[in-house]
Amino acid sequence: MEFLRPATWDEALAAKAEYPTALPISGGTDVMVEMNFDVHRPSAILDLNRITELTEWTNDGSVVRLGASVPYARIIDELSGPLPGLALAAHTVGSPQIRNRGGVGGNLGGASPAGDAHPALLAAGRDVFVEAASVRGTRMIPIDEFYVGVKRNSLAADELIRAVHIPVADGPQQFSKIGTRNAMVIAVCAFGFALHPKNGTVGTGIGSAAPTPRRAVEAEEYLQGVLAERGLWESGDLLGAEVIQKFGELVKAAASPIDDVRGTADYRRHSLAVMARRTLTWCWNDYSKQIRSAA
Amino acid sequence: MSTRTIQGQKNLQNINQASKDGIGGSPLRPDGNLKVKGEFAYSSDMWHEDMLWGMALRSPHPRANILSVDISEALKVPGVYAVLTHEDIPGSKYYGLEIQDQPALAIDKVRYHGEAIALVAADHPETARRAVKKIKVEYEVLTPIVTEEQCLDPETHGYVHEPHEYKSHGYGNICHEQKLVSGLGVTDEVRALADVIVSGDYEVGMQDQAFLGPESGLAVPAEDGGIDLYIATQWLHVDRQQMAPVLDLPEEKVRLTLAGVGGAFGGREDLSMQIHACLLAQHTGKPVKIVYSRDESFFGHVHRHPAKMHYEHGATRDGKLVFADCRIVLDGGAYASASPAVVGNAASLGHGPYVIPNVKMHAIALYSNNPSCGAMRGFGAVQAAFGYETQMDRLAAALGMDPVELRQLNAMAEGDFMPTGQQIDSPAPVAELLQRVKDMPLPPPLDTEHLDVRQIPGALSNTSHGEGIVRGVGYSVGIKNVGFSEGFDDYSTARVRLEVIGGEPVAMVHTAMAEVGQGGVTVHAQIARTELGVEQVTIHPANTEVGSAGSTSASRQTYMTGGAVKLAAEAVKRALIEKGRRRYGWTHHDITLVGGKVVSESAGPLVSMVDLLGDEAIDLTREHHHRPTVPFDKETGQGFGHVQYTFCANRAVVDVDVELGLVKVVELTAVQDVGKALNPLSVVGQIQGGCTQALGLAVMEEIIVRDGKVRNASFTDYLIPTILDTPPIPVEILELPDPHAPYGLRGVGEAPTVSATPSIVAAIRNATGLALNRIPVRPEHLTTERPGEL
Repeated sequence: MEFLRPATWDEALAAKAEYPTALPISGGTDVMVEMNFDVHRPSAILDLNRITELTEWTNDGSVVRLGASVPYARIIDELSGPLPGLALAAHTVGSPQIRNRGGVGGNLGGASPAGDAHPALLAAGRDVFVEAASVRGTRMIPIDEFYVGVKRNSLAADELIRAVHIPVADGPQQFSKIGTRNAMVIAVCAFGFALHPKNGTVGTGIGSAAPTPRRAVEAEEYLQGVLAERGLWESGDLLGAEVIQKFGELVKAAASPIDDVRGTADYRRHSLAVMARRTLTWCWNDYSKQIRSAA
Repeated sequence: MSTRTIQGQKNLQNINQASKDGIGGSPLRPDGNLKVKGEFAYSSDMWHEDMLWGMALRSPHPRANILSVDISEALKVPGVYAVLTHEDIPGSKYYGLEIQDQPALAIDKVRYHGEAIALVAADHPETARRAVKKIKVEYEVLTPIVTEEQCLDPETHGYVHEPHEYKSHGYGNICHEQKLVSGLGVTDEVRALADVIVSGDYEVGMQDQAFLGPESGLAVPAEDGGIDLYIATQWLHVDRQQMAPVLDLPEEKVRLTLAGVGGAFGGREDLSMQIHACLLAQHTGKPVKIVYSRDESFFGHVHRHPAKMHYEHGATRDGKLVFADCRIVLDGGAYASASPAVVGNAASLGHGPYVIPNVKMHAIALYSNNPSCGAMRGFGAVQAAFGYETQMDRLAAALGMDPVELRQLNAMAEGDFMPTGQQIDSPAPVAELLQRVKDMPLPPPLDTEHLDVRQIPGALSNTSHGEGIVRGVGYSVGIKNVGFSEGFDDYSTARVRLEVIGGEPVAMVHTAMAEVGQGGVTVHAQIARTELGVEQVTIHPANTEVGSAGSTSASRQTYMTGGAVKLAAEAVKRALIEKGRRRYGWTHHDITLVGGKVVSESAGPLVSMVDLLGDEAIDLTREHHHRPTVPFDKETGQGFGHVQYTFCANRAVVDVDVELGLVKVVELTAVQDVGKALNPLSVVGQIQGGCTQALGLAVMEEIIVRDGKVRNASFTDYLIPTILDTPPIPVEILELPDPHAPYGLRGVGEAPTVSATPSIVAAIRNATGLALNRIPVRPEHLTTERPGEL
């Protein structure tokens, strides 16, 4: 097995071009576990730990550019203001040791439907982009085009994830995850939700309940319609039980889960509906309070 | 005991002060700091110059005929020193704890997913792993025999072991069975005496011991043709007894030394890699180390028997039990392991700590193509407790009685008889334990105003901000035996040496006791301090140079090996005093050892131990045997079968998110009679640990097996409680001495594991109103698959 340790980003891109099957590693919280279990035996490992820019983030006021290796612990500590949904998701990742090492780049690279960051990224809106780079240049991949199959993403063989671009939250965001114990657990299923008052949209993200992380498109459209038609963005008035109920049902309908050792398909659908209702309620209550206090 | 209550002149008080680190004190574990800091050497940390790494090829099929094994490609891998199959075994090819029915390496067929077929020794673990993959096995895959119905119909589905191969009393696919009848049994006439009858079917999933230190050890070939094995195990001598015939060596040439054990809980009672490492070392002439990976560990040891149980209880209108009719079916998997003894426990303890005039019981263990099951903390009593305690709650509901009062009304006490006919001849404060646990203050209700999400179901997974949460409270009590039963003489041996080192009297305690975390090393030193009046005690490494200490299981080590240390120390004490009498002509009848001196209670200090011992060491070995027991009658289950009984009562308080089916145990209270707490801190730790393992079984721990295949052999998917799942566990200890036991003590480790699970499930029922006849309770059982209201 080749072990490649580029010192700079350009060297890393060159190495990936030369060894397209090389498996990038940063925190190693996913890659090393799979290697220890003998699931993967990559021909080469591309260690990105010397490239310090990957552990940096910037915020220009409207978009956070999050380096691929910024660990979850720092997302919680430093970015829960601009990225509240992602920070809530980061809280649910593994143990403190895992959160000190693992980052969003690894979640995206692995593209597991159970990755905790995905629902929050989807909910953050359609203007989330994965910055993918190769010796051929840089592409901004919209998050909706990123996940293409079970543990498959749309990166080309010579590309590396450099950063993720996520709009700064302009409204409340929430994230909920079901596990069969109260910490250190892979998601049975998860749900991310965000209100985007600036453009009058809402965002959703479903985890662990389909071959890929996915958006509940009909639920989003339904809710956006209700909010617009009833002038609720402006008034901040109560949504009403039937709207919340319907939203939950549409989220549930958007999932296509399976039975596995972690849970049943029925339970996943059921709990998605509950999480959708609850996260919507929490977000709307917060939004409503903001509107009323501003009025 | 004697050193504590010295009477006499006041000026003797200081010199007569017993060590605070004697029995009843709570000195800290000698290995505690090392373990917390990660500096303790576990068996997997061992290294030997020039050593090889061993690895096993395991079957991917639960049932198959092996048509051929081709090792030629594996042997060609550079760095490979040996590839072995059963054909290379020099001695007997079978071993087993109770029945020698398990091949050391598969012979012509495999009977469970993960069964070892061949071994590789190589100069690097990665080399060994690659070589294992190059062994070609041709299988004829057969449909596995996995359900109770399939096992009990061998005509249709076949045999796990051909009947002519049975080395026990098994028949069909039944490995062992025990019947029991007491009183009038359960007949229509007896049923007619009951005003209320409740019945239920209950199911317990397959729990794993989930110890953190994987199976590992180092085998070193010796010049005399023997083998030295450094090993994490629960019983050095029984390992040796099983290993020697396979290695074709006399027992004295198989020398075992205990290596650092990372937890056991019954999972190290059977052999794992012991024979494999020794075979490879014999064959290569080099030291061989084997360390299981985490997934291999799930295949490398036996588990807790999954159980299906049917219970029927009858009572009078005022709540007095009239009869209990029970059938317990345990899935023993492919090989016998400890199944016979587990069946004996289930049958003899399966009615719970209650006086029931008429009992009928039938307990069996099946042979199947599921993973083998054997010893795990609670040993047959755990499964049954879930059945009978659920029944008690049901009966209370049917009678409109308080569930604790119903239990107290029927609780057994000293002088009562077990359904086996054995009279309880030491304290059995079942009703008092229940009263005390009920009287302990309840935790405050959930504070929804100042919510800390870490304290509610889902915790930081952020599934609730208070919505859907309902509190429930449940009670339970359980019974467990201590020590090996049914006529087994599981004696313990201890050697104690007293000598002067560096101007101080020092005691050395040498036993073969496996320290697996239970605290024996702490307690042995405490006993030596108390009996010999010294401060300095050295614990000799456990090995087979001294006689057997029996198994670190059945809550027996403090009782049995602690008892042996007491006997040996008393003998040393007598020898020392006798030496003084001979030298100084003492005639006092009140001589004891305190504070490094030989002291007469009336006349004061006589001589220092240092002066009396001089250069001489007193070195004595003693065996401790518990009182004899007898096997249960096969048909009636009658017999004085158990050494001692132990009881624990629990109260669980849970918060359940009833919409999502998530559970947070808020508090788990335990009250237990321990006879005498030799080390109160360790006793509380054992009870809290036992409760936590019981919590795991209640709400999360299960090896999921489908068609004989293990589906979750990892800590990613086999979940054990984290600190956020583990509630405060207030513990109250009673010390009612058992006159038959050393210091009056009662084994501690298992009783809470038996009793705590049903209290948690009762609390979840209380919160949800659901029947919950299967454990572990999963979120879908509380939501989408509600298997019936109460």
